[in-house]
Amino acid sequence: MTTDVTTASAASIAEAFADGDTTSVEVTQAHLERIASVDERLNAFLHVDAEGALATAAEVDARRAAGEELPALAGVPIAVKDLINTAGQPTTAGSKMLEGWIPPYDATVVTRLRAAGLPILGKTNLDEFAMGSSNEHSAYGPARNPWDTSRIPGGSSGGSAAAVAGYEAPLALGTDTGGSIRQPGAMTGIVGVKPTYGGVSRYGVIAMASSLDQVGPMARTVLDAALLHEIVAGHDPMDSTSIERPVPPVVEAARRGDVTGLRIGVVRELGGEGFQPGVQSAFDRAVEQLAQSGAEIVEVGCPSFAHGIAAYYLVMPSEVSSNLARFDAMRYGLRTVPHQGASAEQVMAASRDAGFGDEVKRRIILGTYALSSGYYDAYYGSAQKVRTLIARDFEAAFEQVDVLVSPTAPTTAWKLGEKSDDPLSMYLEDIATIPANLAGVPGLSLPVGLAEDSGLPVGVQFLAPAMADDRLYNAAAALERLVDTPKLEEVR
Amino acid sequence: MSSSAISRDDVAHLASLARIDLSEDELDRLGAELPAILEHVKVVQQVAGDDVPAMSHPIPVTNVLRADEVRTGLTPEQALSGAPDAEEQRFSVPQILGEE
Repeated sequence: MTTDVTTASAASIAEAFADGDTTSVEVTQAHLERIASVDERLNAFLHVDAEGALATAAEVDARRAAGEELPALAGVPIAVKDLINTAGQPTTAGSKMLEGWIPPYDATVVTRLRAAGLPILGKTNLDEFAMGSSNEHSAYGPARNPWDTSRIPGGSSGGSAAAVAGYEAPLALGTDTGGSIRQPGAMTGIVGVKPTYGGVSRYGVIAMASSLDQVGPMARTVLDAALLHEIVAGHDPMDSTSIERPVPPVVEAARRGDVTGLRIGVVRELGGEGFQPGVQSAFDRAVEQLAQSGAEIVEVGCPSFAHGIAAYYLVMPSEVSSNLARFDAMRYGLRTVPHQGASAEQVMAASRDAGFGDEVKRRIILGTYALSSGYYDAYYGSAQKVRTLIARDFEAAFEQVDVLVSPTAPTTAWKLGEKSDDPLSMYLEDIATIPANLAGVPGLSLPVGLAEDSGLPVGVQFLAPAMADDRLYNAAAALERLVDTPKLEEVR
Repeated sequence: MSSSAISRDDVAHLASLARIDLSEDELDRLGAELPAILEHVKVVQQVAGDDVPAMSHPIPVTNVLRADEVRTGLTPEQALSGAPDAEEQRFSVPQILGEE
């Protein structure tokens, strides 16, 4: 390939392999060099596995040279969020609790990446245990936004987003519990998808809130995201919430990209007041473009979405407090012995104080409160009812329209440190992404250009009914052709 | 405590339930932050009527059992590979029961 291979899409890299224009070793090496040259500024990677990635690349090249028929993305390198277990490679969850921990097994999604022949470049930075919207809660320093390194890349999958936006990897896996793939996608100008709950296996993914967590693709084009989605999705007997149905035809939809006659609902509650003017106008322009290309645009009311954040910040911490009880300093992870002869319980409490950061502690304490006797019904119970109302809003909306749209986030990327002292203001950034997690429906964020006011990337979010992920890819692919996709010239 | 009042002592109690040995500074900070967060989230109490069922999961969750067949799992070495301390193929932990 004549152009710089690090700016190429995964699909075009795969084509170049097929045409014999380049090799996986060449492409993998180019990305490793890019990481070596820019990651000091981006801090997107917590661990780079050059040796492992090049070994996979060489193996794929040898199989191709031998005439073997290979999976579509074989040889295309990828970055993996450091919340996802990789056997033999460190997995820290962005926490001191798991510093130096090497999982003894692969997550199912990683097994599938290996089977598909994708060299794994390394593990990406994240907010500790995926808790945050800015990546500032990483115990290893924040990842930074390639568009402006004084700004946040979003979170919690901020390292994956920065890596893809900064041309360190054409593809990455993230996880999304309340917007952690879509929001960093929007902040860095890339595509991010949260699949239907149960659509992608959670086995081997360190759990934050089990009824909300979902693994999904991050890429620079809609088609690339679909190609990756197809690799990792599908039933897994190791995950009891995995849906036993065929994967929606996402790749075909991404190639189609036709919104003629498609009914698209603009969510009334997710716009206007509280949304940055530059975000709102970029969104409005995108909706107009969809209308001009034949979509039928209607306004849809989802009144319960207004209470999404409140419900989420009860349901999620409750599940967090329960899930993170496993970090007990007994079987793996950090063990801090406060004094000689300390009991197991004292060791546990000292280790959890030393190993967890502020945001993790905040959420564990909040969840412990919401689940405690006397408050359970008032908090956790009430939040679960709101969850039902939000799911009903989606059901009613999808009787009227095929997909919903909204801005992905109310603002563009903010300055590091700007919201650190006020956890609540950070929580409010998740307003548009949370409803999909609470209801289990899929969502996709597509970059639609730069905001007029801040000059930073804006994302538009598409939402579809459960197991209709293909609708997201179809609508987003259509819009992708119409908008001026932001192109990063250099890391600033 | 009323529905959203939460004192520093309450935070200390919750921390002991959650087995986190919070410092005095952390107790001060959480004692100040949590009431503000609870004030925001308590709106959930006014939203849904008694007739609205609670939703714990986006999809119906049923217990899944695999066939009762022997399969390869982790070896003892693999299972203990991340243990802070181990001996004789077991996790070695500090004293759990009090002295008699």
